[in-house]
Amino acid sequence: MSRTAVVVGSSVAGVRTAQALAAGGFDGRVLVIGAERTEPYDKPPLSKHFLTGVWDASRLALLNGGRADERVELRLGVAAEHLDVAGKQLRLADGTRVPYDVCVIATGASARPSPWAARDGIHVLRTVQDSAALRRDLLRGGEVVVVGGGFVGAEVAAAASGLGCPVTVVDPLVDPMARVLGPRVGPLLTGIHERHGVRTRFGTGVVAIEGTSGGLRVILDDGSVLAASTVVVGIGAVPNDGWLRSSGLDIADGVICDEYCRVQGTRDVFAAGDVARWPHPRHGEHVRGEHWTNAVEQAACVARNIVHQGDPVPYRPVEYVWSDQYDWKIQIAGSPALMSGHHVIGDLTGDRPRAAVAYTDTTGRLGAALTLNWPRALVACRRLLAAAAEFTQAITELDLLADARPTGRR
Amino acid sequence: MPILRADHGACQGYANCVAGASDVYDIDDDGVVVLLKERVPEEERQRVEEAARSCPVSALTVEGG
Repeated sequence: MSRTAVVVGSSVAGVRTAQALAAGGFDGRVLVIGAERTEPYDKPPLSKHFLTGVWDASRLALLNGGRADERVELRLGVAAEHLDVAGKQLRLADGTRVPYDVCVIATGASARPSPWAARDGIHVLRTVQDSAALRRDLLRGGEVVVVGGGFVGAEVAAAASGLGCPVTVVDPLVDPMARVLGPRVGPLLTGIHERHGVRTRFGTGVVAIEGTSGGLRVILDDGSVLAASTVVVGIGAVPNDGWLRSSGLDIADGVICDEYCRVQGTRDVFAAGDVARWPHPRHGEHVRGEHWTNAVEQAACVARNIVHQGDPVPYRPVEYVWSDQYDWKIQIAGSPALMSGHHVIGDLTGDRPRAAVAYTDTTGRLGAALTLNWPRALVACRRLLAAAAEFTQAITELDLLADARPTGRR
Repeated sequence: MPILRADHGACQGYANCVAGASDVYDIDDDGVVVLLKERVPEEERQRVEEAARSCPVSALTVEGG
Protein backbone atom coordinates (compact mmCIF):
# COMPACT_ATOMS: atom_id res chain seq x y z
CA MET A 1 0.00 0.00 0.00
CA SER A 2 1.27 3.44 -0.91
CA ARG A 3 2.51 5.63 1.93
CA THR A 4 1.50 9.24 2.53
CA ALA A 5 3.84 12.02 3.60
CA VAL A 6 2.06 15.07 4.96
CA VAL A 7 4.01 18.31 5.19
CA VAL A 8 2.37 20.85 7.47
CA GLY A 9 3.21 24.36 6.29
CA SER A 10 3.55 25.92 2.85
CA SER A 11 6.73 27.72 3.93
CA VAL A 12 9.90 27.39 1.89
CA ALA A 13 10.96 24.59 4.26
CA GLY A 14 7.66 22.78 3.70
CA VAL A 15 7.64 23.15 -0.07
CA ARG A 16 11.31 22.23 -0.45
CA THR A 17 10.81 19.14 1.75
CA ALA A 18 7.89 18.06 -0.43
CA GLN A 19 9.89 18.66 -3.61
CA ALA A 20 12.86 16.75 -2.26
CA LEU A 21 10.64 13.84 -1.20
CA ALA A 22 9.01 13.71 -4.64
CA ALA A 23 12.37 13.96 -6.42
CA GLY A 24 14.31 11.85 -3.99
CA GLY A 25 12.60 8.49 -4.16
CA PHE A 26 9.68 8.72 -1.72
CA ASP A 27 7.24 6.43 -3.50
CA GLY A 28 3.94 7.55 -1.99
CA ARG A 29 1.71 10.62 -1.89
CA VAL A 30 3.25 13.94 -0.93
CA LEU A 31 0.71 16.43 0.47
CA VAL A 32 1.41 19.97 1.67
CA ILE A 33 -1.13 21.59 4.00
CA GLY A 34 -0.92 25.38 4.20
CA ALA A 35 -2.83 27.84 6.39
CA GLU A 36 -2.34 30.63 3.85
CA ARG A 37 -4.62 30.71 0.82
CA THR A 38 -1.89 32.15 -1.39
CA GLU A 39 0.11 29.72 -3.56
CA PRO A 40 3.40 28.95 -1.77
CA TYR A 41 5.75 31.90 -2.14
CA ASP A 42 9.23 32.93 -1.23
CA LYS A 43 9.87 35.49 1.47
CA PRO A 44 13.32 37.08 1.02
CA PRO A 45 12.15 39.41 -1.79
CA LEU A 46 9.36 40.76 0.45
CA SER A 47 11.84 43.13 2.09
CA LYS A 48 13.81 43.67 -1.12
CA HIS A 49 12.80 43.49 -4.81
CA PHE A 50 9.09 42.91 -4.21
CA LEU A 51 8.85 45.77 -1.70
CA THR A 52 10.57 48.17 -4.08
CA GLY A 53 8.40 47.01 -6.97
CA VAL A 54 11.26 45.72 -9.13
CA TRP A 55 9.71 42.23 -8.97
CA ASP A 56 6.05 41.31 -9.20
CA ALA A 57 4.33 38.47 -7.36
CA SER A 58 4.97 35.98 -10.18
CA ARG A 59 8.67 36.00 -9.22
CA LEU A 60 7.87 34.68 -5.74
CA ALA A 61 6.43 31.26 -6.68
CA LEU A 62 8.10 28.35 -4.92
CA LEU A 63 6.59 25.72 -7.23
CA ASN A 64 7.51 26.15 -10.85
CA GLY A 65 5.96 23.10 -12.47
CA GLY A 66 9.12 21.00 -12.65
CA ARG A 67 9.00 17.22 -12.75
CA ALA A 68 8.97 16.81 -8.99
CA ASP A 69 6.47 19.64 -8.51
CA GLU A 70 3.77 17.75 -10.40
CA ARG A 71 3.78 15.12 -7.67
CA VAL A 72 3.27 17.63 -4.83
CA GLU A 73 -0.39 17.95 -3.78
CA LEU A 74 -1.45 21.20 -2.14
CA ARG A 75 -4.24 21.80 0.34
CA LEU A 76 -4.20 25.54 0.96
CA GLY A 77 -6.25 27.90 3.10
CA VAL A 78 -6.76 25.52 5.99
CA ALA A 79 -4.53 25.35 9.06
CA ALA A 80 -3.61 22.18 10.92
CA GLU A 81 -5.07 22.34 14.42
CA HIS A 82 -3.97 19.15 16.14
CA LEU A 83 -1.31 16.50 15.65
CA ASP A 84 -2.24 13.05 16.99
CA VAL A 85 1.13 11.34 17.17
CA ALA A 86 -0.16 7.97 18.43
CA GLY A 87 -3.02 7.87 15.92
CA LYS A 88 -0.78 9.19 13.09
CA GLN A 89 -3.25 11.77 11.90
CA LEU A 90 -3.78 15.51 11.72
CA ARG A 91 -6.96 17.42 12.42
CA LEU A 92 -7.47 20.52 10.30
CA ALA A 93 -9.33 23.72 11.17
CA ASP A 94 -12.31 22.63 9.06
CA GLY A 95 -12.59 19.39 11.04
CA THR A 96 -11.05 17.16 8.36
CA ARG A 97 -8.80 14.37 9.58
CA VAL A 98 -5.72 13.61 7.51
CA PRO A 99 -3.92 10.34 8.22
CA TYR A 100 -0.19 10.16 7.55
CA ASP A 101 2.60 7.63 7.49
CA VAL A 102 5.21 10.33 7.91
CA CYS A 103 4.61 13.94 8.94
CA VAL A 104 6.89 16.96 8.53
CA ILE A 105 6.26 20.05 10.67
CA ALA A 106 7.21 23.14 8.66
CA THR A 107 4.82 25.80 9.92
CA GLY A 108 7.55 28.46 9.94
CA ALA A 109 7.45 31.60 12.03
CA SER A 110 5.42 34.78 12.28
CA ALA A 111 6.57 38.35 12.74
CA ARG A 112 6.84 39.22 16.41
CA PRO A 113 3.82 41.46 16.88
CA SER A 114 4.30 45.14 17.61
CA PRO A 115 4.02 45.74 21.37
CA TRP A 116 2.94 49.28 20.52
CA ALA A 117 -0.55 49.90 19.26
CA ALA A 118 -1.91 52.72 17.16
CA ARG A 119 -5.16 52.76 15.22
CA ASP A 120 -3.36 51.96 11.98
CA GLY A 121 -0.17 52.69 10.08
CA ILE A 122 2.05 50.30 12.05
CA HIS A 123 3.37 47.50 9.85
CA VAL A 124 5.14 44.22 10.46
CA LEU A 125 6.65 42.32 7.53
CA ARG A 126 6.32 38.60 7.05
CA THR A 127 3.71 37.75 4.42
CA VAL A 128 3.19 38.86 0.85
CA GLN A 129 0.11 40.77 2.02
CA ASP A 130 2.25 42.55 4.65
CA SER A 131 4.74 43.56 1.97
CA ALA A 132 2.06 44.80 -0.44
CA ALA A 133 0.36 46.84 2.30
CA LEU A 134 3.66 48.38 3.38
CA ARG A 135 4.52 49.20 -0.22
CA ARG A 136 1.21 51.07 -0.65
CA ASP A 137 2.01 53.24 2.37
CA LEU A 138 5.61 53.83 1.30
CA LEU A 139 4.44 54.98 -2.13
CA ARG A 140 2.23 57.55 -0.42
CA GLY A 141 5.50 59.15 0.76
CA GLY A 142 6.27 60.87 4.04
CA GLU A 143 8.56 60.07 6.93
CA VAL A 144 9.17 56.40 7.75
CA VAL A 145 10.33 55.13 11.12
CA VAL A 146 11.72 51.60 11.22
CA VAL A 147 11.83 50.05 14.68
CA GLY A 148 14.53 47.36 14.79
CA GLY A 149 18.01 47.53 13.28
CA GLY A 150 18.38 43.86 12.37
CA PHE A 151 18.33 42.45 8.86
CA VAL A 152 14.65 42.97 8.10
CA GLY A 153 14.66 46.49 9.55
CA ALA A 154 17.81 47.40 7.63
CA GLU A 155 16.44 46.04 4.35
CA VAL A 156 13.14 47.87 4.81
CA ALA A 157 15.03 51.08 5.59
CA ALA A 158 17.06 50.66 2.41
CA ALA A 159 13.95 49.90 0.33
CA ALA A 160 11.97 52.83 1.77
CA SER A 161 14.90 55.17 1.22
CA GLY A 162 15.18 53.88 -2.35
CA LEU A 163 11.52 54.76 -2.88
CA GLY A 164 12.30 58.32 -1.84
CA CYS A 165 11.05 58.31 1.76
CA PRO A 166 13.03 60.01 4.53
CA VAL A 167 13.83 57.17 6.95
CA THR A 168 14.92 56.86 10.58
CA VAL A 169 15.92 53.51 12.09
CA VAL A 170 15.45 53.12 15.85
CA ASP A 171 16.93 50.33 17.99
CA PRO A 172 17.49 50.10 21.75
CA LEU A 173 20.97 48.68 21.11
CA VAL A 174 23.82 51.11 20.42
CA ASP A 175 25.16 48.72 17.80
CA PRO A 176 22.41 46.41 16.50
CA MET A 177 24.61 44.47 14.06
CA ALA A 178 26.95 43.45 16.88
CA ARG A 179 24.36 40.81 17.81
CA VAL A 180 25.30 38.98 14.62
CA LEU A 181 28.81 40.18 13.81
CA GLY A 182 30.36 40.57 17.25
CA PRO A 183 31.31 43.74 19.10
CA ARG A 184 34.33 44.70 16.99
CA VAL A 185 32.99 44.12 13.48
CA GLY A 186 29.36 45.10 14.13
CA PRO A 187 30.00 48.86 14.17
CA LEU A 188 31.48 48.67 10.66
CA LEU A 189 28.11 47.59 9.32
CA THR A 190 25.96 49.63 11.65
CA GLY A 191 27.26 52.73 9.86
CA ILE A 192 25.77 51.61 6.53
CA HIS A 193 22.58 53.61 7.11
CA GLU A 194 24.20 57.01 7.60
CA ARG A 195 26.47 56.31 4.64
CA HIS A 196 23.28 56.08 2.57
CA GLY A 197 21.49 59.08 4.00
CA VAL A 198 19.26 57.22 6.48
CA ARG A 199 19.17 58.58 10.04
CA THR A 200 19.62 56.25 13.00
CA ARG A 201 18.62 56.53 16.63
CA PHE A 202 20.52 53.59 18.07
CA GLY A 203 20.68 53.09 21.81
CA THR A 204 17.18 54.51 22.05
CA GLY A 205 14.04 52.53 22.82
CA VAL A 206 10.45 53.16 21.80
CA VAL A 207 8.01 53.98 24.61
CA ALA A 208 4.81 54.38 22.62
CA ILE A 209 3.40 55.01 19.19
CA GLU A 210 0.40 57.31 18.87
CA GLY A 211 -1.81 58.61 16.11
CA THR A 212 -2.96 57.15 12.86
CA SER A 213 -1.56 56.25 9.46
CA GLY A 214 -0.11 59.33 7.82
CA GLY A 215 0.17 61.13 11.17
CA LEU A 216 1.95 58.90 13.68
CA ARG A 217 4.14 59.96 16.59
CA VAL A 218 6.88 57.64 17.83
CA ILE A 219 7.80 58.51 21.41
CA LEU A 220 11.33 57.51 22.39
CA ASP A 221 12.72 56.75 25.85
CA ASP A 222 14.94 59.85 25.81
CA GLY A 223 11.79 61.97 25.62
CA SER A 224 12.10 62.87 21.95
CA VAL A 225 9.31 62.32 19.44
CA LEU A 226 9.62 61.26 15.80
CA ALA A 227 6.82 62.17 13.40
CA ALA A 228 6.06 59.43 10.88
CA SER A 229 3.57 58.66 8.15
CA THR A 230 4.44 54.98 8.36
CA VAL A 231 6.04 52.86 11.07
CA VAL A 232 7.56 49.43 10.44
CA VAL A 233 8.27 47.17 13.41
CA GLY A 234 10.94 44.56 12.64
CA ILE A 235 11.79 43.01 15.99
CA GLY A 236 12.18 39.36 15.13
CA ALA A 237 9.99 36.34 14.59
CA VAL A 238 8.25 33.76 16.73
CA PRO A 239 7.89 30.11 15.66
CA ASN A 240 4.42 28.90 14.70
CA ASP A 241 4.34 26.09 17.27
CA GLY A 242 1.17 27.01 19.19
CA TRP A 243 -0.95 24.49 17.26
CA LEU A 244 1.28 21.70 18.63
CA ARG A 245 0.45 22.43 22.28
CA SER A 246 -2.21 19.71 22.31
CA SER A 247 0.13 17.14 20.72
CA GLY A 248 2.17 16.34 23.82
CA LEU A 249 5.37 17.08 21.92
CA ASP A 250 8.21 18.95 23.61
CA ILE A 251 7.81 22.60 22.60
CA ALA A 252 10.31 25.22 23.74
CA ASP A 253 10.50 28.15 21.30
CA GLY A 254 10.19 25.62 18.48
CA VAL A 255 9.62 21.88 18.40
CA ILE A 256 12.49 19.87 19.88
CA CYS A 257 14.18 17.47 17.44
CA ASP A 258 17.11 15.08 17.52
CA GLU A 259 20.22 15.52 15.38
CA TYR A 260 18.41 13.93 12.41
CA CYS A 261 15.59 16.51 12.64
CA ARG A 262 13.21 13.83 13.85
CA VAL A 263 10.87 15.26 16.46
CA GLN A 264 11.87 14.03 19.90
CA GLY A 265 9.76 11.15 21.18
CA THR A 266 8.36 10.23 17.75
CA ARG A 267 9.29 7.83 14.99
CA ASP A 268 7.44 9.32 12.04
CA VAL A 269 7.41 13.06 12.67
CA PHE A 270 10.15 15.41 11.47
CA ALA A 271 10.54 19.19 11.49
CA ALA A 272 12.29 21.66 9.19
CA GLY A 273 12.81 25.40 8.97
CA ASP A 274 12.06 28.19 11.43
CA VAL A 275 9.92 26.00 13.68
CA ALA A 276 12.54 23.26 14.27
CA ARG A 277 14.96 23.29 17.21
CA TRP A 278 17.73 20.73 16.96
CA PRO A 279 21.11 20.03 18.62
CA HIS A 280 23.77 21.78 16.51
CA PRO A 281 27.23 20.36 17.25
CA ARG A 282 29.00 23.66 16.48
CA HIS A 283 26.84 25.49 19.01
CA GLY A 284 26.84 22.76 21.66
CA GLU A 285 23.11 23.27 22.24
CA HIS A 286 19.70 23.12 20.59
CA VAL A 287 19.27 25.98 18.12
CA ARG A 288 16.60 27.25 15.77
CA GLY A 289 17.56 28.66 12.37
CA GLU A 290 15.51 31.50 10.94
CA HIS A 291 17.27 31.82 7.64
CA TRP A 292 16.29 30.84 4.13
CA THR A 293 19.28 28.62 3.49
CA ASN A 294 18.71 26.78 6.76
CA ALA A 295 15.13 26.06 5.74
CA VAL A 296 16.23 24.70 2.37
CA GLU A 297 19.15 22.64 3.67
CA GLN A 298 17.14 21.28 6.58
CA ALA A 299 14.34 20.37 4.17
CA ALA A 300 16.79 18.40 2.03
CA CYS A 301 18.16 16.63 5.13
CA VAL A 302 14.68 15.72 6.40
CA ALA A 303 13.60 14.38 3.01
CA ARG A 304 16.77 12.33 2.79
CA ASN A 305 16.29 10.92 6.28
CA ILE A 306 12.70 9.97 5.49
CA VAL A 307 13.62 8.17 2.28
CA HIS A 308 16.70 6.48 3.80
CA GLN A 309 15.16 5.61 7.16
CA GLY A 310 17.75 3.02 8.09
CA ASP A 311 20.71 5.29 7.39
CA PRO A 312 19.91 8.81 8.60
CA VAL A 313 22.48 11.63 8.45
CA PRO A 314 22.80 14.23 11.19
CA TYR A 315 22.04 17.84 10.31
CA ARG A 316 25.09 20.01 10.93
CA PRO A 317 25.02 22.93 8.50
CA VAL A 318 27.42 25.81 8.10
CA GLU A 319 24.97 28.67 8.55
CA TYR A 320 24.65 31.11 5.68
CA VAL A 321 22.77 34.39 5.64
CA TRP A 322 22.68 37.16 3.09
CA SER A 323 21.25 40.63 3.21
CA ASP A 324 20.89 43.19 0.43
CA GLN A 325 20.95 46.71 1.82
CA TYR A 326 21.16 49.77 -0.43
CA ASP A 327 23.69 48.71 -3.10
CA TRP A 328 25.57 46.45 -0.69
CA LYS A 329 25.58 42.67 -0.77
CA ILE A 330 26.27 41.37 2.73
CA GLN A 331 26.96 37.64 3.15
CA ILE A 332 27.70 35.80 6.37
CA ALA A 333 28.77 32.19 6.83
CA GLY A 334 29.01 30.49 10.20
CA SER A 335 28.22 32.33 13.44
CA PRO A 336 30.52 35.35 13.88
CA ALA A 337 28.98 36.18 17.26
CA LEU A 338 30.48 32.96 18.70
CA MET A 339 34.02 33.85 17.60
CA SER A 340 36.87 35.50 19.53
CA GLY A 341 39.17 36.91 16.83
CA HIS A 342 39.03 38.23 13.30
CA HIS A 343 41.13 39.42 10.35
CA VAL A 344 40.09 41.86 7.62
CA ILE A 345 40.95 41.14 3.98
CA GLY A 346 40.55 44.16 1.73
CA ASP A 347 39.27 47.59 2.74
CA LEU A 348 35.99 48.01 4.61
CA THR A 349 35.76 51.75 3.95
CA GLY A 350 34.54 53.44 0.78
CA ASP A 351 31.19 53.72 -0.91
CA ARG A 352 30.91 50.10 -1.91
CA PRO A 353 33.76 48.13 -0.35
CA ARG A 354 34.80 44.69 -1.52
CA ALA A 355 36.11 43.02 1.58
CA ALA A 356 35.96 39.98 3.82
CA VAL A 357 36.28 39.45 7.54
CA ALA A 358 37.54 36.01 8.57
CA TYR A 359 36.72 34.98 12.13
CA THR A 360 38.35 32.40 14.35
CA ASP A 361 37.98 30.99 17.85
CA THR A 362 40.37 29.24 20.21
CA THR A 363 40.69 26.19 17.91
CA GLY A 364 42.83 28.06 15.37
CA ARG A 365 40.39 27.19 12.59
CA LEU A 366 38.28 29.43 10.40
CA GLY A 367 35.00 29.68 12.30
CA ALA A 368 32.91 32.23 10.41
CA ALA A 369 33.14 34.85 7.69
CA LEU A 370 31.52 38.09 6.57
CA THR A 371 31.89 39.29 3.00
CA LEU A 372 30.87 42.65 1.56
CA ASN A 373 30.13 42.86 -2.17
CA TRP A 374 32.44 39.90 -2.82
CA PRO A 375 30.50 36.68 -3.53
CA ARG A 376 33.60 34.79 -4.67
CA ALA A 377 35.19 35.23 -1.29
CA LEU A 378 31.97 34.01 0.30
CA VAL A 379 32.10 30.86 -1.85
CA ALA A 380 35.70 30.28 -0.75
CA CYS A 381 34.80 30.83 2.90
CA ARG A 382 31.88 28.39 2.83
CA ARG A 383 34.15 25.75 1.27
CA LEU A 384 36.91 26.42 3.84
CA LEU A 385 34.40 26.29 6.70
CA ALA A 386 32.98 22.98 5.51
CA ALA A 387 36.54 21.61 5.36
CA ALA A 388 37.35 22.96 8.87
CA ALA A 389 40.35 24.84 7.41
CA GLU A 390 43.09 26.41 9.52
CA PHE A 391 42.57 30.15 10.06
CA THR A 392 45.99 31.05 8.60
CA GLN A 393 45.33 28.93 5.51
CA ALA A 394 41.97 30.64 5.03
CA ILE A 395 43.55 34.09 5.20
CA THR A 396 46.23 33.08 2.70
CA GLU A 397 43.57 31.85 0.27
CA LEU A 398 41.50 35.01 0.65
CA ASP A 399 44.58 37.20 0.15
CA LEU A 400 45.34 35.31 -3.07
CA LEU A 401 41.75 35.74 -4.21
CA ALA A 402 41.96 39.47 -3.45
CA ASP A 403 45.18 39.79 -5.46
CA ALA A 404 43.85 37.70 -8.34
CA ARG A 405 40.71 39.65 -8.90
CA PRO A 406 40.72 42.04 -11.81
CA THR A 407 41.13 45.68 -10.84
CA GLY A 408 38.99 48.52 -12.00
CA ARG A 409 35.72 46.59 -12.06
CA ARG A 410 32.94 48.16 -10.07
CA MET B 1 20.67 13.89 -20.54
CA PRO B 2 19.43 16.66 -18.22
CA ILE B 3 20.27 20.12 -19.58
CA LEU B 4 21.34 22.90 -17.20
CA ARG B 5 20.16 26.46 -17.63
CA ALA B 6 20.96 29.66 -15.75
CA ASP B 7 19.25 33.05 -15.81
CA HIS B 8 22.30 35.28 -15.49
CA GLY B 9 20.18 38.40 -15.15
CA ALA B 10 18.29 36.97 -12.17
CA CYS B 11 21.42 35.69 -10.38
CA GLN B 12 22.26 37.71 -7.27
CA GLY B 13 25.46 35.90 -6.31
CA TYR B 14 23.99 34.16 -3.28
CA ALA B 15 26.10 31.12 -4.27
CA ASN B 16 24.04 28.37 -2.65
CA CYS B 17 24.38 26.47 -5.95
CA VAL B 18 28.16 26.39 -5.59
CA ALA B 19 27.88 25.05 -2.06
CA GLY B 20 25.52 22.37 -3.40
CA ALA B 21 27.34 21.31 -6.57
CA SER B 22 30.72 22.99 -7.04
CA ASP B 23 31.54 20.72 -10.00
CA VAL B 24 28.61 22.18 -11.93
CA TYR B 25 28.19 25.77 -10.72
CA ASP B 26 30.67 28.54 -9.98
CA ILE B 27 30.54 32.29 -9.39
CA ASP B 28 32.59 34.80 -11.38
CA ASP B 29 34.32 37.94 -10.10
CA ASP B 30 31.16 39.97 -10.50
CA GLY B 31 29.20 37.46 -8.44
CA VAL B 32 27.30 35.95 -11.37
CA VAL B 33 26.77 32.23 -11.81
CA VAL B 34 28.90 30.29 -14.31
CA LEU B 35 27.81 26.91 -15.64
CA LEU B 36 30.80 24.57 -15.63
CA LYS B 37 28.79 21.95 -17.56
CA GLU B 38 25.85 22.19 -19.94
CA ARG B 39 24.58 18.67 -19.36
CA VAL B 40 24.93 16.10 -16.61
CA PRO B 41 24.30 12.34 -16.70
CA GLU B 42 20.85 11.21 -15.55
CA GLU B 43 22.27 9.74 -12.34
CA GLU B 44 23.47 13.23 -11.36
CA ARG B 45 20.02 14.77 -11.80
CA GLN B 46 18.84 14.54 -8.23
CA ARG B 47 21.97 16.12 -6.76
CA VAL B 48 22.06 18.92 -9.33
CA GLU B 49 18.32 19.60 -9.02
CA GLU B 50 18.77 19.95 -5.27
CA ALA B 51 21.53 22.52 -5.85
CA ALA B 52 19.26 24.34 -8.34
CA ARG B 53 16.39 24.39 -5.81
CA SER B 54 18.74 26.02 -3.31
CA CYS B 55 18.87 29.17 -5.49
CA PRO B 56 16.96 31.89 -3.61
CA VAL B 57 15.95 33.63 -6.85
CA SER B 58 15.12 30.51 -8.89
CA ALA B 59 17.75 31.41 -11.47
CA LEU B 60 18.64 27.77 -12.15
CA THR B 61 16.74 25.02 -13.91
CA VAL B 62 17.41 21.44 -14.92
CA GLU B 63 15.50 20.54 -18.05
CA GLY B 64 14.85 17.61 -20.33
CA GLY B 65 15.82 14.00 -20.12
